[in-house]
Amino acid sequence: MRRPPRETEESARGISRRALLLGVGQTALVAGLTLRMRQMQIVDAQQYRLLSDQNRINIRLIPPARGLIFDRNGILLAGNEQNFSAVIVREDAGDVPAVLQKLAQLIPLSQEEIDRTERDLKRHSPFVPITVSDRLSWDELSRVAVNGPALPGISPEVGLSRYYPLVEDFAHVVGYVGPVSESDLAHLTDPDPLLQIPKFQIGKVGFEAIEEDKLRGTAGLKRIEVNSVGRVMRELDHKDGQPGENFQLTIDAKLQDFALARLQNESAAAVAIDVQSGDILASVSAPSFDPNKFVRGISTADYEAYNTNDHRPLVNKAVQGMYPPGSTYKIVTALAGLKSGTLKPTDKIRCPGYIEVGGRKFHCWKSSGHGVLDLEGALEQSCDVFFYTVAQRCGIETISEAARTMGVGVRPDLPMTGLAEGLAPTKAWKLKNRKKEWLIGDTINSAIGQGYVLATPLQLALMTARLATGQAVMPRLIKSVNGVDVPIVPPDPLPMQGAHLNAVRQGVWKVVNSIRGTAHGARIEDPTMVMAGKTGTSQVHNITAAERASGAYLNLPWKERDHALFVCYAPFDAPRVAVATVVEHGGADHQAAPMARDIMLFALTGGMPPLSAYPAGVRSTVETLQKNLQLHDFSAENTVKTRA
Amino acid sequence: MSYLEYNLKTVPTGLAKALYLNWALVVLLTAVASAGFLMLYSVAGGSLRPWAEPQMFRFAAGLLVMFAFGFVPIWYWRNISGVAYLISLMLLVLVDVAGSVGMGAQRWINLGFMRLQPSELAKITLVMLLASYYDWLDVKRVSRPFWVLIPVLLILIPTALVLKQPDLGTALLLLMGGAVVMFVAGVSWWYFAAVGTLGVGLVAAVMMSRGTSWQLLKDYQFKRIDIFLDPGMDPLGAGYHISQAKIALGSGGWAGRGFLQGTQSRLNFLPEKHTDFIFTTLGEEFGFLGTTTLLVLYALIILFCLHSAMNNKDRFASLLTVGVAATFFFYFAVNMSMVMGLAPVVGVPLPLVSYGGSAMLVLMGAFGLVQSAHIHRPRGRR
Repeated sequence: MRRPPRETEESARGISRRALLLGVGQTALVAGLTLRMRQMQIVDAQQYRLLSDQNRINIRLIPPARGLIFDRNGILLAGNEQNFSAVIVREDAGDVPAVLQKLAQLIPLSQEEIDRTERDLKRHSPFVPITVSDRLSWDELSRVAVNGPALPGISPEVGLSRYYPLVEDFAHVVGYVGPVSESDLAHLTDPDPLLQIPKFQIGKVGFEAIEEDKLRGTAGLKRIEVNSVGRVMRELDHKDGQPGENFQLTIDAKLQDFALARLQNESAAAVAIDVQSGDILASVSAPSFDPNKFVRGISTADYEAYNTNDHRPLVNKAVQGMYPPGSTYKIVTALAGLKSGTLKPTDKIRCPGYIEVGGRKFHCWKSSGHGVLDLEGALEQSCDVFFYTVAQRCGIETISEAARTMGVGVRPDLPMTGLAEGLAPTKAWKLKNRKKEWLIGDTINSAIGQGYVLATPLQLALMTARLATGQAVMPRLIKSVNGVDVPIVPPDPLPMQGAHLNAVRQGVWKVVNSIRGTAHGARIEDPTMVMAGKTGTSQVHNITAAERASGAYLNLPWKERDHALFVCYAPFDAPRVAVATVVEHGGADHQAAPMARDIMLFALTGGMPPLSAYPAGVRSTVETLQKNLQLHDFSAENTVKTRA
Repeated sequence: MSYLEYNLKTVPTGLAKALYLNWALVVLLTAVASAGFLMLYSVAGGSLRPWAEPQMFRFAAGLLVMFAFGFVPIWYWRNISGVAYLISLMLLVLVDVAGSVGMGAQRWINLGFMRLQPSELAKITLVMLLASYYDWLDVKRVSRPFWVLIPVLLILIPTALVLKQPDLGTALLLLMGGAVVMFVAGVSWWYFAAVGTLGVGLVAAVMMSRGTSWQLLKDYQFKRIDIFLDPGMDPLGAGYHISQAKIALGSGGWAGRGFLQGTQSRLNFLPEKHTDFIFTTLGEEFGFLGTTTLLVLYALIILFCLHSAMNNKDRFASLLTVGVAATFFFYFAVNMSMVMGLAPVVGVPLPLVSYGGSAMLVLMGAFGLVQSAHIHRPRGRR
């Protein structure tokens, strides 16, 4: 489009007019900014200069006391202890290396510590106190204090530091704290000023990490007037912080301690749940580690030792470890069959030792077969063929739905880190994750808790608690906060018929209490504490027919042995506690059931189980075992404290 | 086409263009950037690293970009303005899906050799497109509702994308930069008055809704407004930065504490001391004299741009020049207001002074466009 020249002239004039107006507006704004600068830099300059001079150390944070953590009976699990340290302020020290050399003559200081201190000093402003050495003894602290005049810039400090009196027992549940790291800070959008304190401790793992915000508390403030050389003249005002909230967990520390001791030397996990309230009474993963080492800053050698241990002490197997549940999953398969109507409680199925499906043979663990069995008998003897048949009838979707109803394949809502979801596989899951069609063989494997099925010990305990009560029990870890009990939400009833649940309960009663039951050796004699349970073995290594025939599989290397599992609840008539144990590579001698029984008895009796509860045949073994357990001494006054 | 109307022979060609560059502008830009080098040297504790040295290289690169852009005929820039706008929109969408998160907002695309901030680019391409839009549009139609709606949409699209990142500061600059081009192009006063009234009414409504059942903002948002109005309320939290910035500026006094003598920045009281808050260091070390000198330098840059625009009869060229100048103006005005506690902290750097590569290059590129407009302005017919 060709525009007549006049119009261009006119438009240019229009633009000039508006641009001029714009210039006027901008000039006004610039004038405003100049006025503001004049106000600040000339009129109020004195006031700001004063603020700037005072600014050097005028606000100090008072770190709050971190919230305490107790067990359900008020035993201290995580507390704060006084910690003496020597700190250095660069601008007061002058010649830092010389001062540090002098300090090294008074207290033990490694070259590593000196180097780190000098590094930290360079990174922070000259007035920020940097810790040279912490965890000094009272003697060392006094020496530093007495020699104060010879050590410019060095001052003794008393702070609080986290400690875990029960050492290894709660390493996984409570977790530990450690100094704030750069990556911690990077994750936070609105960082608490407390986190800027060098080496401030925050929860890194477990309950300490999940409830960090509540445990930390809020900082107090101290306004200090300082003179021109930075010496504190007086405290202007003081605002106390808010200490962190105190928590009481549902866990019974004595039971937890017993359970961990009982699992010792195995790579194993155990979970005990109160079946009525869902309270987690114990959640242990063996071997464990010493969280206090992490608080102090773990040495490379210690960390390497934990990391390279093939029993993986740093992993919380109780909630993080996912295992094929093996035959314990037959509870789920049975309930699924019953619910779908494809299995009647009285149905009988013949086990010839194997079944053929889709041209493949699926073997029962007993190659000669179990003969004709009903549901109770099939659970009692853990017949595989029976459940293969049930699974074929009701299909994988029904089984996995039942699994989720029982808590398997659902991530529990608990203040713990690393909670695994487990897996109750479906056709859609396989197609999405494995890009393959679901095969009937997958259904058969799932029926006995093999193949894709995965569950954590916590989920297995939950499944057992739900079977025992017929309620959708939800697990719980926090009993009270600051002395106020957290109310228990009454669970909904399971969408299962009472008759169906009863049929399975009768079966799992037989597993333990019938002479042919697979866990007969782990029964409880005491009639007031009759236990019902289910064994499980999950294969880690495919045993070849040749190995089975030669018996060589009994001598497999540790890593290739089967996992042993056991789930149970008691008392049978009025269930109180459910326990699940997993012994990694437990192999043939199957320690999972006796361990679960001992933990169960300790939970029910509230102390070391009486020998009278055991069958006569095992009492002497149990006695030796009980004697050799390395238990924590709870009578020591420093561990038992009243609720704050 | 208007550029055919003037005698091409009077427009300088080849290397002769260098003689017709707006050299005053080049000197002013270099002066401002040098102030930046000094400040970056100072906040690093008297060291060229880590900020001053890379910043010098960037400015050198920026000068080259400016000359290169300046030598390209202005009509070329007009012809690609639509494409440039679309590309920057695409980059804004891309940064949303593939960008890196920095300071809690998605802003960058990593190109390997530099991190591109598409929102910076968008400020300039928006101005380019609006200028060419008003160059194309019949002057009589400028204030008709339909023809006003189109540029409003052109402004709002990138603004919304930037706001989503979220980058309130840049979104504001886009809005204001776009509005200025519309204003200078001659859109009726009534539209601006209406939008202004609406804005004031909205703010009034929001503030009045506090504590009532129809509260328009969340409680914490009101709290932020309170803290902005009185930073002393929260000296360790959100108000901390602004209190410290004001202390630094104010303590400078008449002539400042002297180069490398600022305690506020040296002691790490100041946040973002090498980027958004660098002005406070200038204020602390060089005082009122230093800050006003920088302000005058900035004002002169704007003045030279406006002067160049008013003497340019090519509608696109003059609108573009005004638009770039206005964007530049809002940059430093918002930044200074922010550190002086006159505006909320929205994250706008001080142009050419704050440490940062993509902002520097984009700004120098934009001044390249201004140079191109200046060199290729219609001559001859008086």
